[in-house]
Amino acid sequence: MNIIQTIGLGKAYGRTWALRDCTLAIPEGHVVGLVGPNGAGKTTLLGLATGLLAPTCGTITVLGERPAAGSAQLAQVGFVAQDTSVYARMTVADHLRLGAWLNPGWDGELARRRIGELGLDPKQRAGSLSGGQRAQLALTLAMAKRPGLLILDEPVASLDPLARREFLRGLMETVAERGLSVVLSSHLIGDLERVCDYLIVLVASRVRIAGEVSELLAAHRRLSGPRRDLRTLPAGQEVVEESHTDRQTVLLIRTGEPVNDPAWTVTPVSLEDLVLAYMSQANDTPARRSPLGVAS
Amino acid sequence: MIRLTLRQFRTQAWIAAAALAAIATTFLVTRPPLSNMYSASGIAACQASNDCGRLAASFIIQVRADAAYPVLYAAGVLIMFLVPAIIGMFWGAPLIARELEDRTYRLAWTQSVTRTRWLAVKLGLLGLAAMAITGLFSLIITWWASPLDRAATLGSPILANRMMPLLFAGHGIVPIGYAAFAFALGATAGALIGRTVPAMAVTIVIFAAVQLIMPNFVRPHLIPAAHTTVAVSAGDANWVAVGNGLLITGKAAIPGAWIFSESGHVYTGPAIQILKTCYNGPTSTPACGSAFASLHAQMLLAYQPASRYWPLQAYETAITLALALALAGICFWKIRRRLG
Repeated sequence: MNIIQTIGLGKAYGRTWALRDCTLAIPEGHVVGLVGPNGAGKTTLLGLATGLLAPTCGTITVLGERPAAGSAQLAQVGFVAQDTSVYARMTVADHLRLGAWLNPGWDGELARRRIGELGLDPKQRAGSLSGGQRAQLALTLAMAKRPGLLILDEPVASLDPLARREFLRGLMETVAERGLSVVLSSHLIGDLERVCDYLIVLVASRVRIAGEVSELLAAHRRLSGPRRDLRTLPAGQEVVEESHTDRQTVLLIRTGEPVNDPAWTVTPVSLEDLVLAYMSQANDTPARRSPLGVAS
Repeated sequence: MIRLTLRQFRTQAWIAAAALAAIATTFLVTRPPLSNMYSASGIAACQASNDCGRLAASFIIQVRADAAYPVLYAAGVLIMFLVPAIIGMFWGAPLIARELEDRTYRLAWTQSVTRTRWLAVKLGLLGLAAMAITGLFSLIITWWASPLDRAATLGSPILANRMMPLLFAGHGIVPIGYAAFAFALGATAGALIGRTVPAMAVTIVIFAAVQLIMPNFVRPHLIPAAHTTVAVSAGDANWVAVGNGLLITGKAAIPGAWIFSESGHVYTGPAIQILKTCYNGPTSTPACGSAFASLHAQMLLAYQPASRYWPLQAYETAITLALALALAGICFWKIRRRLG
């Protein structure tokens, strides 16, 4: 089963499209990184996936059902919102109580253990917690409802590097323990590189590329060689990024085939290079391409 | 969901309970002397002696001479207007607006409780609480004021009776309806606007407008008005020239009734020529007096009699409750649609 499946999904605010033509099929069992610059539509996509937003067009199913279709579907999806919303005037203990009241599958033992490990004072008001502590509290709430899918919107954006590492470590421990699927977004690939094995790059409200990290890396090459006209490239090679000097051409291409042209020096690309190449396409409108990893 | 609602409502509940306790104490303590005064006035047995009007008037004069009672009576009515308004502003308006403003709806609506159920519990539970506490306020204040209301209804023209616009929504069951309405209004304004303070402002403005529209345009017609024709007495007559004639009006009083329309007739003829010279009214000279008497001047009253007090209360309560339900419907529609 796909954890998230969308077909032609779009969301417009007035005449502005926050997300459009989004067709994805994310298989279960992955830690999915959703990467894109600020304002690319990441929060919109996750909002649609949690049912907080209703689509303008297209369809989306999450774990086989329309998001927020009913309490059973809601129970299966844990969500940590951007800036980790918690009730500022309620205490940590109140939040755990809230989780227990509102979630039939609540794992109180897990919640208490995590709060204890994090050293949070149950009597402290959530509003006076640090950004990192608040994020941990929100993650605890989302985990303790024992979801099949955990969605985190920019969970580490407001955290310092240490808190960031702690947060991701806590997340990965639970993922390993329970085998749940995770979708997390960030505007920095560096945050996600170590944890995700599936990647979606979203730029200017469109999905540029989506697929398993290993497949993406295998399908992209950096070519460098003497300057040449791109029209002479073979049909199977699609240019993602190009740069030219008077004498030299450097390309980042996507191809399913090995590159045999002896004129090129072929090197593998790093995930960061790959993401940056797609992100730098923000302003041009690339030729329509079906993203990798999309079930047709 | 019920427990979460109660937890989030804790502060408001304590404030409401404290206000109720303070007001209940004030009115409970000051009521016994008023009861004694009423017993001593003999109004209770006035029907036998057919002397109700006079006894009621003397009781009311006695009450008005007191330093505290007129203030308490007015305060009671004012409180009953304010309680629904405050509930609308401080319970209704933040209910959804604060979740949207603080963006905590993202936490609330992603637990294993559907948004519809979340709203149903919040609106249902707190709406009932709003009605219950307003009902308690009204019970205490209506009970406190009952000797005065009874005396005023029995026919004292010197005190407005409980049918009149300024007092009608201050006693009885109508405040309960207004509390439900104000609460739903606040919640709806919050859901539509998404910010607490503007929602509170909109709530109080619309609530005040409804408090003006109801007595002026709705309440007189809830039950078709009763009409009667009464003679204009020479002492009360007023007139203005209309064409060749005079439009003559006077004063009217029907014990316990709410008169909302008094229309005089335009009289013409020889007597009018005499009256036009009577600048100090028909009683200024014998000639004026007899000219006025020859007209048999009358005026037409449209009114709601005292006996319709409870039917009118019931109708207006039903209307406000229906408005509250309609507003709740808008909340549900908005919450299911709004999303971020």
